[in-house]
Amino acid sequence: MSLRTVKKAMGGMLAETLGKTAAAVLLAGAIGLGLAGPAQAVDLKIAMSSPPTSMDPHFYNLFSNINVSEHVFDSLVKLDPDSRIIPGLAESWKLVNNLTWEFKIRKGVKWHDGSELTTEDVVWSLDRPATILNSPGKFDVYTKAIINKKVIDKYTIQLTTNQPYPLMLNDLTSIFMVQKKATQGLTSDDFAQGKGMIGTGPFKFVSYARDDRVELVKNPDYWGPKPAWDKVTLRFIPNPATRLAALLSGDVQAIENVPTPDLPKVRQDPKLSFFSKISHRVIYLYFDAKRDKSPFVTTKDGQPMDKNPLKDARVRNAISMAINRQGIKDRLMEGLSEPTNNLVPPTLFGYNPALKTVKYDPEGAKKLLAEAGYPNGFGVTLHTPNNRYVNDEKIAQTIAQNLTRIGIATKVEGMPMATYSSKGIKHEWSFGLLGWGAQTGEVSSPLRALLACEDSKKGFGTTNWGEYCNPKMDVVLEKALATVDDGERSKLLQEATAIAINDGGIVPIHQQVTTWATQKGITYTPRTDERTYAHNFKPQ
Amino acid sequence: MLVFIIRRMMQSVVVLLVMSLLVFLGVFAIGNPVDILISPQADQEDIKRTIAALGLDKPLWEQYWIFLQNALHGNLGMSFAHGTPALRLIFERMPATMELAVCAILLAIFLGIPLGLWAGLRPNGVAGKSIMTVSILGFSLPTFWVGLMLIMVFAVQLGWLPSNGRGETVRVLGIPLSFLTVDGIRHLILPAVTLSLLNIAMVIRLTRAGTQEAMLQDYVKFARAKGLSNSRIVGVHVLKNIMIPIVTVIALQFGSIIAFAIVTESIFAWPGMGKLIIDSIQLLDRPVIVAYLMVIVTLFILINLAVDIVYSMLDPRVRIADNKG
Repeated sequence: MSLRTVKKAMGGMLAETLGKTAAAVLLAGAIGLGLAGPAQAVDLKIAMSSPPTSMDPHFYNLFSNINVSEHVFDSLVKLDPDSRIIPGLAESWKLVNNLTWEFKIRKGVKWHDGSELTTEDVVWSLDRPATILNSPGKFDVYTKAIINKKVIDKYTIQLTTNQPYPLMLNDLTSIFMVQKKATQGLTSDDFAQGKGMIGTGPFKFVSYARDDRVELVKNPDYWGPKPAWDKVTLRFIPNPATRLAALLSGDVQAIENVPTPDLPKVRQDPKLSFFSKISHRVIYLYFDAKRDKSPFVTTKDGQPMDKNPLKDARVRNAISMAINRQGIKDRLMEGLSEPTNNLVPPTLFGYNPALKTVKYDPEGAKKLLAEAGYPNGFGVTLHTPNNRYVNDEKIAQTIAQNLTRIGIATKVEGMPMATYSSKGIKHEWSFGLLGWGAQTGEVSSPLRALLACEDSKKGFGTTNWGEYCNPKMDVVLEKALATVDDGERSKLLQEATAIAINDGGIVPIHQQVTTWATQKGITYTPRTDERTYAHNFKPQ
Repeated sequence: MLVFIIRRMMQSVVVLLVMSLLVFLGVFAIGNPVDILISPQADQEDIKRTIAALGLDKPLWEQYWIFLQNALHGNLGMSFAHGTPALRLIFERMPATMELAVCAILLAIFLGIPLGLWAGLRPNGVAGKSIMTVSILGFSLPTFWVGLMLIMVFAVQLGWLPSNGRGETVRVLGIPLSFLTVDGIRHLILPAVTLSLLNIAMVIRLTRAGTQEAMLQDYVKFARAKGLSNSRIVGVHVLKNIMIPIVTVIALQFGSIIAFAIVTESIFAWPGMGKLIIDSIQLLDRPVIVAYLMVIVTLFILINLAVDIVYSMLDPRVRIADNKG
C-alpha cells in the first residue's frame, strides 16, 4: 500500500473512531440527563395585551402594572373572581369602633428571601405609596384615609381613620406589601433590575425586559394554594392579531382579550379552550346636563337651539328606551356583553336588582320625546373614543342609528382616547360614550366619580363630564360613604343608584365581557376584574 | 470640508431646536397628560398634586425653558408613565431596532442588487419580466398585511419560524445582540423580510435602470472589444458606475427604516424604539416623544452628512465647495 493510502485509511479510521466516541458521549449525556434530571418542568407562557410601565408595585396605579405585581406580591385583602372581598395576607379583621379597624396578619408567611412577614413590613408598605416620586397616578388615593397606624404585636395592627370609612377593605386590595429591608432607599426605577422585588406572592421574580416579557418562577413556600407551573413567562403583545397568532402557533399557551373578529373561529377550534366572564366595566352614555346652549345639540336642520333637550330627564329616558341593547349584544358583540341598567355587575356590592334592563321600545321612546316637547326630535353629535373599549366606535354608530329612527338625528365623531378625554374633562362634549370599571368592587366608585355633583374638596364628580348634579342623590351617597355596617350601606347605595338612573343621569348600555383563550388542556378561572393571573391557570 | 461640516452642525442645532419646540406645542395642544395617565379613582386634589409634581402646572414657556436647560446637561426628562429617564428608555430599545434595520438593509442590498442586475441584463427574458412584476408587489403591498400573512403561513400553518418577539441575545460590548444566536436569527427572519420588502423593490428597480443605461455606454462596448469577460464587465465596471445613486438611496432609506419600523415592530411585538413612540403618543408621555424625535432627527442629520461626504469621495466630479466668495 502506498503512504497515501495508509494515511487515508488511518485518517478514515480516526474519523470513524472520533465519530463513534462523540456519538457515544452524546448518547450517554442524553440518558444521563434523562435519568438523573428532575421531573419535567411545567412551563406556562401567557400573552398579555398591554405592557406594564414599572415593576415597582407602588409606582403607578395602572391596570397592567397591578396585574404583573399580583404575581409577585400580595395585599392584605384580595378580590375573588367575582370581585368579593376575601382574606389575603390578613386572615381576619374586625371593627374595634367606627373609626378603627384591627387586622390579624397570617403567621409564618415567608418573603421570597426566607424571612418572615411582620407588621413592621405592613406599616412600611402602607406609608410608601405617598412617598413615590414622579408618579402619574399614585396609590396613596387608597392610603390617605388612614391617619394612624398602631402596631399591637408582630401580627396585629390597628388602622384609624378620621371619619367612618367603609371602603377601607376595598382600598386595601390595591396596596401591595413589600419588604421594608429590601425596598428601603430604592427608587421605582431600581425595581426593573430586580432590586426590591421580594414579595410573598405565588411566584418569584426572575427578570423583566421592558415591553417584552417578565420571567417568573414558582414560589414553593407560598402560603396559599401552590401554583401549577414551575416557570411562567408573561409576554406583552398589544397587537391583537399577533397575540392570537402566537397562541395558534404554540409560541404561548394562553392569551387574554381574544380579538373580537376572531371570536367565532376561536370558540369552534377544537385545539383551543375559551373562557369569558362579565367584567366590572360598564359602557354608558353621558349628557350635557348643565348648559342651556349645548355646542353639539342642534335642531334637525343644524341650527343651534336655545333650550338643551338633554337637560330634560324624559328625553334622557327616551334615549335609553330607544337603544337596542340585545341587538348590540347579538350582532355586534358576538354575544359577549351583558345589557344592564346598573353601574356594576350582579356580584358587586351595591348592585340594585330592582333596576331592570330597559326594554327596547322605540314607539314608547317617541311618545316620551313628544311628551317632553320634541315630537320631531332634534339633532345631536355623539362623541366616542375609538381605541379604548371593545367595539366602542361601532357601538356608538349602532346607537346613532337607533336614535335616528326615533327622530334624534345623530352624528358620530370618534377619536383616540388621549384627545377624547383631554376635551371631555373640560366638559366640551354634549353627548358621549364612556366606560367605567369599578376597581374597588363596589358601586360607590362610579356613583362618586360619574354622578355626584362636582366638588373638588370631597373628590366628587371627577369623571362627571356632563356635570350632572342631583342633590338628592348626593345626600344618600354621602350617608352611605359614612355607614360602616354592610347591610345598611348596601341599601343606601342601591337607593342612590336608583335615584340617579331613574333620573337618566347616565344611560348604562352594557357590562363588557372579558375573554381568554388557552390551548386545550389548560383551564382558567375567569375574573370579573379583568385580571389575568398565571396561578389561576391549571392543567386539566 | 471642515467648514462644510461645521456649517452643517450649526444648521442641525437650529433644526433640533425648532423640532423640540414644535413637539412641545403639539403635545400641549392635544391635552394634559395627567388626565390620560392618572387613575380615574383619583379626586381633584390628587390630580392637582400630580400635575404639580410632574411640573405641568407651570406656563408652557417656563416648562420649555427648563427642558432646554436640562437638555444641555444631557437630560431629556423623565418619562411620565415609566418613571425612567426618557433617553435611557430610548437607548435601551435602540439595539433591537438597529438590528432589525441593519438586517433589512442587508437583505435589500444582497437580494436587490443581484436581482436588479439580472433584470437589467435580460430585460426581455422571463426572469427579467417576473422580477419586475414581483417588485411592483413589493411597492404596493402594505407592510402590516405582509407581516401578518408571513406570520400566518410560516408560524401558524407551517410552524417553521416563531410568530413574534426577539430571540435570545448575547451581550457584545454591553449591547444585547440577537443575530449571534440561532434562536435570534430565527426570530429576525420574518420581521426583517417584512421591513425590507419596499427597499428590495426600490433597489431592484434602481439597479435595473442603472444597468440598462450603463450597458449602452461606450466604455462597455470598448471593454468587450478589448476581450474582457462578461462577468468582469458587469461585476467590475458596470457595477461600480451604477453604485452611486444606489448607495445614496440606500443610505437615506436607512434613516427611514429606523424611524418607521413602527408598524413592523407592532406586528411582531419586536421590543424596539418604534413601538415606544406609538405607546408614548397614546399616553401623551411628552418627555419620551420629544426625546425620541430629537434622537431620530440627529440620526437623520448624521446619515445625511455621511452620505454627502461619501458621495463626494465616490464621485471625483463632485467636490464639496468651501465657499470663499
